[in-house]
Amino acid sequence: METVSLRATRGAQLTKRLGALIGQGFLLLVTCCAAMTILFIFYFILKDALPFFKLRGIRELFSSTAWYPSAEPASFGCLAIFVGSGLVTLGAIFCAVPLGICAAVCLSDIVPFDVRQFVKPIIEILAAIPSVAYGFFALVVFAPLLQEKGGSLLATGALVVLLPLGVLAVVVTTDVATAKISSNRGRIRTVFMLVLGLLLALGLFAVFSFLNSLEISSGTNALNASIILGIMAIPTVVSVCDDSLAAVGRDLREGSYALGATRAETLIKVVIPAAKGGILAAVLLGIMRAIGETMVVWMASGNAAAIPEPWYNFLEPVRTLTATIAGDMGEADHVTGSARYHVLFAMALCLLTFSFLCNLCSEWAARRSKFVGS
Amino acid sequence: MLNLSKRSLALLVVAAVFCGAGAMAQQDKVVVDGSTTVGPIAKAFAEFYMKKHPKVNITVSESGSGNGAKSLINGVCDIADMSRFMKDNEFAAAVENGVFPVAHAVAMDGIAIVVHPSNPVKEISVSKIKDIYTGKITNWKELGGPDKKIVMLSRDTNSGTYETFEKLVMAKEKIADNAEYANSNGAVRQRVQQTQAAIGYVGLGFVDRTVKALVVDGIEPTMKTIASGVYPIARPLFMMTNGYPKLGSHVHAFVTLHLSKEGQQIIEDIGYIPVTEY
Repeated sequence: METVSLRATRGAQLTKRLGALIGQGFLLLVTCCAAMTILFIFYFILKDALPFFKLRGIRELFSSTAWYPSAEPASFGCLAIFVGSGLVTLGAIFCAVPLGICAAVCLSDIVPFDVRQFVKPIIEILAAIPSVAYGFFALVVFAPLLQEKGGSLLATGALVVLLPLGVLAVVVTTDVATAKISSNRGRIRTVFMLVLGLLLALGLFAVFSFLNSLEISSGTNALNASIILGIMAIPTVVSVCDDSLAAVGRDLREGSYALGATRAETLIKVVIPAAKGGILAAVLLGIMRAIGETMVVWMASGNAAAIPEPWYNFLEPVRTLTATIAGDMGEADHVTGSARYHVLFAMALCLLTFSFLCNLCSEWAARRSKFVGS
Repeated sequence: MLNLSKRSLALLVVAAVFCGAGAMAQQDKVVVDGSTTVGPIAKAFAEFYMKKHPKVNITVSESGSGNGAKSLINGVCDIADMSRFMKDNEFAAAVENGVFPVAHAVAMDGIAIVVHPSNPVKEISVSKIKDIYTGKITNWKELGGPDKKIVMLSRDTNSGTYETFEKLVMAKEKIADNAEYANSNGAVRQRVQQTQAAIGYVGLGFVDRTVKALVVDGIEPTMKTIASGVYPIARPLFMMTNGYPKLGSHVHAFVTLHLSKEGQQIIEDIGYIPVTEY
């Protein structure tokens, strides 16, 4: 009797163990599938990219600006396209990073909890809008606006950003500069502040009148694409940044307050340095979002394969890697495997490599931030 | 590489033989492949024809003129849509394969040069258009317009419209690298509507009151001038078959549909110019 029951238990244990094994195996398989997908993507892009380098060599792609894939003889210089991608991404960073970080700091440390619970989902909705809708907005609304009122629009934008920053800078500089003066401090301070304020006003006026006189001949340009891409990248930056700021924890903040630090000092000297890695990761993720976006740049950047004159001129149309791949894939002859087809994969390979490196960096940064946080 | 192409060629030949046999056994299937420009006509024709003959099955793919030619040469399609005539090497390959391409011009495609309605420039010559797109003329002032930098708009290099423009206007010269590219005729029109200094080109079907079509070499782009061949930036659109199709077959009916009143109406509706005049 006893042996039978023991055997039954053993049998049950065996099935249990087997079940666990099968379950684990299945999960492992699924996980492997996800990982293999990435490998396969790399493999297939590499497979179609390498023939291009065999056909045309490496130099042309990276050093020439002549992009005439359909001409005879064709030329496949992508330098202008690389510059275009870089320029648009840079512009998007300028829009998204300061705004995103400020918004994240504001959400995590300044506004009351209820407001945060209300505002954060709204910002995240930005990520749910399809990119073609952004592109449509850029093409139909924003581009004509830039053409007609571009100068005054830019001037007003600059004023909105620079005025508070300038006032802050004047006040802080005055405080720092006059901190050590003991006699007659009030009067010196006032004079100092007035002089600086006057300089600021003059500077702002110069910037305003310069921007106001600008005439934008074509509204579909790097600036348009940058601003829209920046808006698209904001939710990514805000979300990741906010999470890492929240991960810093109450104890550090309260410790800082206990030492007599103000909220500004706590934020700038304690919270942000502690969340540095997470913020860096957020910025990198934002960059990846911007460089990989296709539809918006295809519709809003103008797609002219030329390096702007001078290179930082955001008011000229540019062409990006993603837009070129999307736009040229249709006619590229994949049956005979022409250079025109393979060049698109060579570009995709560059893009993928860059994204991959960015991703590695952001993983590394995020891990470092966790380490610091604990 | 060589091995592979030989093998695939052999496979294709086998496929072609089978297709030929299949086509003989079952006459009710028509395969159309080729140009994205002619594709809409073929699709509308197929829809119209299948409604009349419910037993016939017509499939239309749009893979580009080059691929259409290849399909016809390899015998995998009955009709190749082409927005250009076959190139020398394609024709030679076809004859070598025992395929004798016959072209049926089903419609004409005209390209209108469009500018903003407020632009005082009314007339332009083909060589001036070329000068604009090669970057020799950069300001409307040089053409009697306002002192504004010209914003060039082009269709993306993918499109049949681009190919035609490149062939008929640019004549082997390259479009300046600061030309902007838009991904549809509609997008070009949209940009021209909004931009005072813009110049662009679209198929005649896309010209409406929001943009101004320029008179080219003294000839206004209209259905009439394009059909008669006077307007300089126009081209015929072809459907190509292997030999002249057997009279009374579905293929024959399909490639002659454009000669009927209904066919003409369909072509007009899509925005191309019929070759017949009822």
